[in-house]
Amino acid sequence: MNKVLFFAHLRDAVGKELIEINASGKTVGELKEELTEKYHLPRMETVMTAINEEFASNDEVIQDGDEIAFIPPVSGG
Amino acid sequence: MKFFEITKEPINIQEVIDKVVQREAGAITTFIGTVRELTHGKRTLFLVYEAYESMAVKKLEQIGREIEERWQGSKVAITHRVGRLDITDVAVVIAVSTPHRADAYEANRYAIERIKEIVPIWKKEHWEDGEEWIGNQLETKAYPSGKPEEDDLHE
Repeated sequence: MNKVLFFAHLRDAVGKELIEINASGKTVGELKEELTEKYHLPRMETVMTAINEEFASNDEVIQDGDEIAFIPPVSGG
Repeated sequence: MKFFEITKEPINIQEVIDKVVQREAGAITTFIGTVRELTHGKRTLFLVYEAYESMAVKKLEQIGREIEERWQGSKVAITHRVGRLDITDVAVVIAVSTPHRADAYEANRYAIERIKEIVPIWKKEHWEDGEEWIGNQLETKAYPSGKPEEDDLHE
């Protein structure tokens, strides 16, 4: 199983901080597409992805147990 | 001692500075980021900062490593606050010590610019007539590969 975390405007869109799904074997890009459709996620072309707290590219393959996070453009500081 | 922190409490500025005190240093620069009331004429009532805390700490640590590699003899400490912040509250404190002052200014500037690129922290602005999560400036930036490119990381 995989935890998928949402932040900022994505959290508002999904209505929860995290979901648990089985995403192993999928690429980051595939998961992104699937969830974008399911939750009508806005502005996903600006969103980065992290696997286990490290930025990952769209073609990276998700393993069982990986923690995925969608990272909207950051605005700290 | 934790050199890189996310906190829900008001930041003690002196404590952050004290972390980088070293006998080899001839300068310490401190950057204090505060909550501004007016942005392009629009009045902010307060902000809420949210972080992916575990990753944010890792990315702050990465920035610290980058600085210590690039500016010899430097030492870095960064604390970023999350939660609700009012106008004039301190959101972030960056302290950098180096043997010579030019490096301390440069490295400190580098740290705040990097925070705005790679540290997963977001702010929601609350105005009299609404609220919105703020992306990078005009939300013009896209990440076609899903992560920052080399150029994004070193500009």
